Amino acid sequence: MSTNVPEAPLSTPGGMPKPAPPARGERLLVLVATRKGAWLFHGDRRREAWRIDGPHFLGHIIHHLVLDPRDGRTLLAAAKTGHLGPTIFSSTDLGRSWKEAARPPAFAKSPDGSGRAVDHTFWLTPCHADEPGVWYAGTSPQGLFRSEDGGDTWRPFSAINEDPQYRRWMGTVQDGTPDGPKLHSVIVDPRDPAHLYIAMSGGGVHESLDRGKGFAPLVQGLEVVEGFDVSDPTFHDPHCVRLCPSNPDRLYQQNHCGIYRLDRPGVQWVRIGARMPERVGDVGFPLVVHPRDADTLWVFPMDGQTVWPRTSPDGRPAAYVTRDGGESWQRLAKGLPQSQAWWTVKRQAMTADARDPIGLYLGTTSGELWMSRDEGAEWSCIARHLPEIYAVEVAEPAEDAEG
Amino acid sequence: MRVSIPTPLQSYTGRREVEAGGATLAEVLSDLDHQFPGIRFRMIDEQDRMRPHIRFFVNGGPVRDLAQPVGERDEIVIVHALSGG
Repeated sequence: MSTNVPEAPLSTPGGMPKPAPPARGERLLVLVATRKGAWLFHGDRRREAWRIDGPHFLGHIIHHLVLDPRDGRTLLAAAKTGHLGPTIFSSTDLGRSWKEAARPPAFAKSPDGSGRAVDHTFWLTPCHADEPGVWYAGTSPQGLFRSEDGGDTWRPFSAINEDPQYRRWMGTVQDGTPDGPKLHSVIVDPRDPAHLYIAMSGGGVHESLDRGKGFAPLVQGLEVVEGFDVSDPTFHDPHCVRLCPSNPDRLYQQNHCGIYRLDRPGVQWVRIGARMPERVGDVGFPLVVHPRDADTLWVFPMDGQTVWPRTSPDGRPAAYVTRDGGESWQRLAKGLPQSQAWWTVKRQAMTADARDPIGLYLGTTSGELWMSRDEGAEWSCIARHLPEIYAVEVAEPAEDAEG
Repeated sequence: MRVSIPTPLQSYTGRREVEAGGATLAEVLSDLDHQFPGIRFRMIDEQDRMRPHIRFFVNGGPVRDLAQPVGERDEIVIVHALSGG
């Protein structure tokens, strides 16, 4: 199950979701979005044999490729090319055929034509299990959009897209990440579809309790680059935020300055990355939460020193895991290159399945797809020589889904 | 009028040249979008601005204003990626 996709937990009388049981389906699908197209890797039950299907959209920049966990068959791809504007494609036969959105995400037209234009859709999130066909999209520059028809038509969602205060916090293209400022980590509380979280690079983490009508910053306890006002969301750069499916009151965040945990209803983020090895540090992009254990979290550190090389520290890539909510960390590098490997993993390019033991998957900036069948204890390479990988999701297609 | 379509957009039209009508470039693009849904947004953003790297030529001359009048006998060429190597 994709880690950024809200699952449909079984409610208990106390309101706390019951952890989903391990997935037992016969089919597993790894969705790989790259700078030059998309690939689908069909796995067997043992996660040992992989059938490669692709490229889809060769030459298109695919920022995210997500299968709807509610029907196990609707696939959305966020696409653009170097020369053409952004769009969304959908497929209901696992990529045999694709249909372009009738109305892709687009900002409201300003009277004088000076308004913002969507450069690309960066993030796709299926909405709550009780709202079939509803999706959210986060864009670059920062915008939040919603579709209620399975991704065919999209409309600006929430006032934040045009709100003067939020626009100030979003900053400009000059303030954003190298390929454009982004709205990402769109999270729907599995207990309540009106409870949303979003993150903006830059612009901070925000929460809505009224289905997006209003948002409020959620940045207490977080650090920013030295010398800037820590209370101003514009200086906050969250890289990735994840909610724990087994305990939706727990959030983890990887940002520009470290790794943090937040336990609601508290509002104070706690830096848990300080216990990472000093030589490695706690800068990075992806976060992966365990589907059944809120104390377990995987990260993939990156070199964020000096000019921000954005490579694995010392050219020695490794995941790190905590099994106690961030009190301690263990290095997971067996099978990965031991030296001279200068790739890293982008924020959407690491994920987990829901099997037992958990399978982990990561895509590299050098176009390699790696997996671990034992929660990171040992890694093996599934594919090499793909284009730069932007996103990796894993999904359980419906047993009768074509493809 | 005759409109030449660049290769990245031929997935919409299925051919290199199509016929479209309109009194301005904007109207021609609207007609193209009516015939080939989605094609306009890949060239023109939601603020009615031409996207970077997309250029329009009418009878060989560059046009940067969507309100530019065009005639039945004009030839429109849509070009991408004039910039870059």
